Amino acid sequence: MALRDITLGQYFPGRTILHRMDPRTKLLLTILYITALFLARWVVSYAVLIVVLAVMAAVSKVGLKAIVRGMKPVVVIILITALLNLFYTPGREIWRWGFLHITAEGVQTAIFMVFRILLLITCTFLLTYTTSPILLTDGLERLLGPLKKIRVPVHELAMIMSIALRFIPTLIEETDKIMSAQTARGADFDSGNLIQRAKALIPLLVPLFISAFRRADELAVAMECRCYHGGEGRTRLRVLKFQFFDCLALFLGAALVALIVALRRFGL
Amino acid sequence: MDQAIIQTKNLQFTYSAGQEGQEESRCVLNGVDLDIEAGSFVAILGHNGSGKSTLAKHMNAILLPSGGAVYVNGMDSADAVRLLDIRRTVGMVFQNPDNQIVANVVEEDVAFAPENLGVPQEQLRRRVDDALKAVGMYQFREHAPHLLSGGQKQRVAIAGVIAMAPRCIVLDEPTAMLDPVGRREVLSAIQDLNRTSGVTVVLITHHMDEAAQAGRLVVMSKGKVIADGPPKEVFQQVEQLRSVGLTVPETTALLWELRQAGLDVPLDALSDADCAQALYRLLA
Repeated sequence: MALRDITLGQYFPGRTILHRMDPRTKLLLTILYITALFLARWVVSYAVLIVVLAVMAAVSKVGLKAIVRGMKPVVVIILITALLNLFYTPGREIWRWGFLHITAEGVQTAIFMVFRILLLITCTFLLTYTTSPILLTDGLERLLGPLKKIRVPVHELAMIMSIALRFIPTLIEETDKIMSAQTARGADFDSGNLIQRAKALIPLLVPLFISAFRRADELAVAMECRCYHGGEGRTRLRVLKFQFFDCLALFLGAALVALIVALRRFGL
Repeated sequence: MDQAIIQTKNLQFTYSAGQEGQEESRCVLNGVDLDIEAGSFVAILGHNGSGKSTLAKHMNAILLPSGGAVYVNGMDSADAVRLLDIRRTVGMVFQNPDNQIVANVVEEDVAFAPENLGVPQEQLRRRVDDALKAVGMYQFREHAPHLLSGGQKQRVAIAGVIAMAPRCIVLDEPTAMLDPVGRREVLSAIQDLNRTSGVTVVLITHHMDEAAQAGRLVVMSKGKVIADGPPKEVFQQVEQLRSVGLTVPETTALLWELRQAGLDVPLDALSDADCAQALYRLLA
């Protein structure tokens, strides 16, 4: 069991422009890109979006391999979406076999849908590949900051998220240890049918949960000892700063949306 | 009395039934009177269940007394208004370093306490750097804590407390989960702090050799202080220590046996070198 090999957060450290960009800018750009993606109507728009993303991916130096590998878990979803669109879009029929029929419109929608999902995933991947989880939570906290006024516990949510991220490796290590301990006592995690396997997880999950609660308790005391009293009056070691480059990037992002809207007008 | 940084007066504490998994209420501290002088290095020694950890938790108002009182730098620990002042005066380090590190990056974690205190950003950087240098972890400031060794993690945890600029640090068995190398690292970091920065150190432990390095040794058993004084003196009470389930350092044990056998050796030769000297003199 190589539990330790799991890389969570999927962050690829680097020093490219995309890595150094303010996380808030990246979050906003992602949102802008997704907006543009859903506004895109025809081949020209998609071509523009593909080129933009390809350039970004090249700049980030993440590499095609990593992106393709990340696609694996969603292949099924993409296939199902494609098939549903292929068979269930009404329109001019071009093929029929029994109750199945494919329309010209169906083929078209299916192709666009596949591209849409692929681009959507790739673009969010680029965000998580180039932004460390801490910066991401930090960025989210700042972006959602105004919501504090309507009593959304933004600081608390960000804190929960960053502590969760902090404890993932610790808990994975713990899972590893408990697994070894239970295996040594004769537990079998790797054989049997689905139900048997699920049952085998009980002696793993119960100790894991108990220890997680104990950890949480101790962490809470330790945090209190270090004068934690909520987000009020906190300062930060690392201050996020919008730079000229961030403004430029946001401007370009907005321009992209405008372009797609314009192309939509012309049915492109 | 004004130089006592922590003062307990007839401190009593009882876990009520149902709390912390207790079936029935249990008296853990039974009248503890203790003055910890500013700048001193005090070790508190005791067997499991002697109440030493409970005592430690009273020193920065994590627990509040059921009877008696605790004063931190003159502030009553039960005074909720002064809570933050008390906690920034007395910092605390626990046994398991994994459960006290909050952030994903070493320097972010060290910055946690001063961030909470609202230290302005320009000072924050310096405080974090100074704290990390004080425990010799500066070169690891951008590392992820889970990739460090136990001793390194515990030193980060100590730095996280130092960054708060406390006048006193209470360490609750900080080396219990560490290997010998990690223990040495942590202990020397603690000693450095006490010597060079004048931070008061209260070290809770059940390791004799750690306790022997303190300037003052307090022995607890069944919620009471049963011995208090310089380690050399306390360890001479071999029979009393053994009666409460504690061992004495091997040097003292050896000299005590020799004395029992009727030989004239001093009992206060605590370090290996002193003990060797005493034996040498005996043989010469």
